[in-house]
Amino acid sequence: MNQLIISAAVEGQSPLVPNPWEMGVVFAGFAVLMYIVVKYVVPMFEKTFAERAEAIEGGIAKAEKAQAEASAALEEYKQQLTDARAEANRIREEARAEGAQILAELKEKAAAESARITAQAHAAIQSERQAAVVSLRAEVGTLATTLAGRIVGEALNDDQRAARVVDRFLADLENQNAGAAQ
Amino acid sequence: MHLPAILPWGAADGFSKQMLLVILSVVIIATFFLMAARKGQLVPGRLQFAGEASYGFVRNGIAKDIIGGKDFMKYVPLLFSLFFFILVNNIYGAIPVIQLPTFSHVGGAYVMAAIVYITWIVIGVRKNGLRYFKLATVPSGVPGYILPIVIPIEIISTFLVRPVTHSLRLFATMLAGHLIVMIAGAGIEYLVMQENVLLKGASVLVLVGAIAMYMLEALIMVLQAYVFTLLTAIYIEGALHADSH
Repeated sequence: MNQLIISAAVEGQSPLVPNPWEMGVVFAGFAVLMYIVVKYVVPMFEKTFAERAEAIEGGIAKAEKAQAEASAALEEYKQQLTDARAEANRIREEARAEGAQILAELKEKAAAESARITAQAHAAIQSERQAAVVSLRAEVGTLATTLAGRIVGEALNDDQRAARVVDRFLADLENQNAGAAQ
Repeated sequence: MHLPAILPWGAADGFSKQMLLVILSVVIIATFFLMAARKGQLVPGRLQFAGEASYGFVRNGIAKDIIGGKDFMKYVPLLFSLFFFILVNNIYGAIPVIQLPTFSHVGGAYVMAAIVYITWIVIGVRKNGLRYFKLATVPSGVPGYILPIVIPIEIISTFLVRPVTHSLRLFATMLAGHLIVMIAGAGIEYLVMQENVLLKGASVLVLVGAIAMYMLEALIMVLQAYVFTLLTAIYIEGALHADSH
């Protein structure tokens, strides 16, 4: 090795003088390397970097989208819940109103029915009373006539006369009653 | 200076070990990154993760941070290739049997710096037209009477000194590291050969120093690849935004 140094010194050539062949080899070597780097190495690395960035950013975007969807769904659900509550309230109100109406109607119907029954009863009573009065009148007439005939001792068989006598008698009786009532 | 020729090929010096290493570096880098990037899984495996971290270091740590904006992607391939080409070629110097950083031969460093030099000038002219040379050499906000001094300085520093320092920085650090390791090796060999036991023992000290220097060199190898790429990014950024500098 020391021989080399000595030989270098002995050569007397300045170390700053280049060997053109070495320059050529370095240039050619660097050119080949540069070609490989430009053509393959850098594009491959950049492609990987871009894909990685894409994957990361894509993942973030996907997560953001999912979150947005979830919050939209939540919002929708809340809206639906509110709507449902309002609907339920409305239905309850309606039912209450309807119930009240039905109750009123029923009450009215019952009142009408009771009025009708009362009226019917009144009418029945009236007619029965009428019938009783008529039959009573006839009976009382017969009784009175018979009684009067017995008292008078004469048979009042003449119907016309008997009716007249009874009527007069009843009229007197009614007048008497009216006078007593007054 | 040159290692023995492998084949008597081309110029007088032949096909050297250095040339073989350059070709090998291209194979190593291309194979590693093609295998790492090939699968392109969303959840990377170990190899893919290593590839992505390395690529991301240049893409985000250098290109995006320095050039920024939306057009930094255009320059990622160049910066990426530069960084790993120089890194692998430098690290050769720290690998025991190989022990030769490619850029300790100045030719390679010239080529790399020239590629960058042409690149940023073309970018500047494309972006700003021929006005670019005025923008690059006439700083705004400088009083008129200083301009005759400032303009030549700017021309020299930007268009003449910049590519030279860019290439020589890489070359010189690599050559120096290479020489130090070689000299330490030669020194140890020389001391071990001595009759005197004390001198023989002193070789241990040199060995310790050599190991320390070796570590430092390994650091500088990585650092120089980073510095070269970072400066490239800064030059490109300067050319892109010449009107705001």
